[in-house]
Amino acid sequence: MREFTFHRAASVADLPAGATIIAGGTNLLDLMKLEVIAPEALVDITRLPLDRVEPEGEGLRIGALVRNSDLAAHPTVRRDYPVLSRALLAGASGQLRNMATTGGNLMQRTRCPYFYDRRMACNKRDPGAGCAAIGGVTRNHAILGASDHCIATYPGDMAVALRALDAVVEIDGPSPRRVPLADFHLLPGDTPHVETVLQPGEIITAVILPAPVGGQQRYRKVRDRASYAFALVSVAAVVGMDGGRISHAALAFGGVAHKPWRDPEVESLLLGREPSDALFHEAAEILLRPAQAHGENAFKIPLLRRALMATLRDATGMETTA
Amino acid sequence: MQITLHLNGTSHPLDVDPRTTLLDALRHHLGLTGTKKGCDHGQCGACTVLMDGRRINACLTLACMAEGHDITTIEGLGTPGNLSPLQQQFLDHDGFQCGYCTPGQICSATGMLEEIAAGWPSHVSDSLDGPYDLTHAEIAERMSGNLCRCAAYTNIVAAIRQAAQGTREDAA
Repeated sequence: MREFTFHRAASVADLPAGATIIAGGTNLLDLMKLEVIAPEALVDITRLPLDRVEPEGEGLRIGALVRNSDLAAHPTVRRDYPVLSRALLAGASGQLRNMATTGGNLMQRTRCPYFYDRRMACNKRDPGAGCAAIGGVTRNHAILGASDHCIATYPGDMAVALRALDAVVEIDGPSPRRVPLADFHLLPGDTPHVETVLQPGEIITAVILPAPVGGQQRYRKVRDRASYAFALVSVAAVVGMDGGRISHAALAFGGVAHKPWRDPEVESLLLGREPSDALFHEAAEILLRPAQAHGENAFKIPLLRRALMATLRDATGMETTA
Repeated sequence: MQITLHLNGTSHPLDVDPRTTLLDALRHHLGLTGTKKGCDHGQCGACTVLMDGRRINACLTLACMAEGHDITTIEGLGTPGNLSPLQQQFLDHDGFQCGYCTPGQICSATGMLEEIAAGWPSHVSDSLDGPYDLTHAEIAERMSGNLCRCAAYTNIVAAIRQAAQGTREDAA
């Protein structure tokens, strides 16, 4: 690990310019040990009072320092936003969930092995260097929204559920603002090193959930191991039924793109319709129309189709979970 | 930098480089080698300790960030003459082969049983509303952050289950 200076922040206003924020540290320290990143200054924010879950209007305000395990177990989250509990519980290990924070989880970096390996070309690590993943080993890589410069995926689970729940990210800094999670993470384009809209000097202070919408909520994660592995594909679903027809559908997808993916066309197709395999197949066709395989990750295209169809069957009551 | 670690009920002043992990501080600065270094990247769980009673990976925690928190290592859970219930059950059930992962397994299981007692659900729980029984599936899921290269998992699960039952009988 490279040398750095260490500072403990006394307030949100007390963030030294240019310092890298550390909270849970579960991803940052891993990357620093590998010298994939080498901050000159760290600022520890874990003593700041950002660790509360509290009502905001009819919704919920989740402080940036709320630990993944506390959020997953929070009674209001379990009752009103179960897809969020399920997504959190599907991620990492008990030890890591006890350290990882809500804000840090949004800021976690890709697990593309070429990003982690400093001998390999990576436009994220070294802008302009090229992308060794393209034409390489691509099992974990994107099938949606990738570019010629980067095919990495956003690896997390929590943010996929937050996307389906229309969460908003609260940011403090020179100009405090709120950004829908949908706009928080960026597609790679020709600047894959720019992963979020967060600017230097800014900090995530909270994630806001709107009023609960009820319905059936599911988080279906497909991975290489039954536990403690990143998603190959995942589906977060919030589905409401009224008189045998779909009255609400919010569907977000993980493991397939540079950000939690959502396609309004898929959801509008489903609204007002009776659940059927034919309908769900059509939804998957729309979702996957822009999909592009990069070698061996081609399996993700049928896998995502099946995961979406299975999730919709389950959430609409066509079939109970095995 | 100067820090003080609250460790197993005692305060320890230390002079550490900011890069020092809690794991290295325990092993190299304080000579407490019960906590093991496996992968050093949060994947194997050998370094698991309790911070304010919650299980964490000591390898992914900076020592300077652990200041002000109560740290418990395997040395603080029990002694040869006064074993914790989990330590005793690991012996009784032969919950190890080489033993390298064992301190992490026991610290992790100690924290996990507290999580169960607090009614925390897991990925394999049918319902998000507890309480939860310590089935094989629940233990396997909740302990997935601790690897055992000897694959002593069968006896590890039995040891944890027995320790949990003992704890419940004590409470009753």
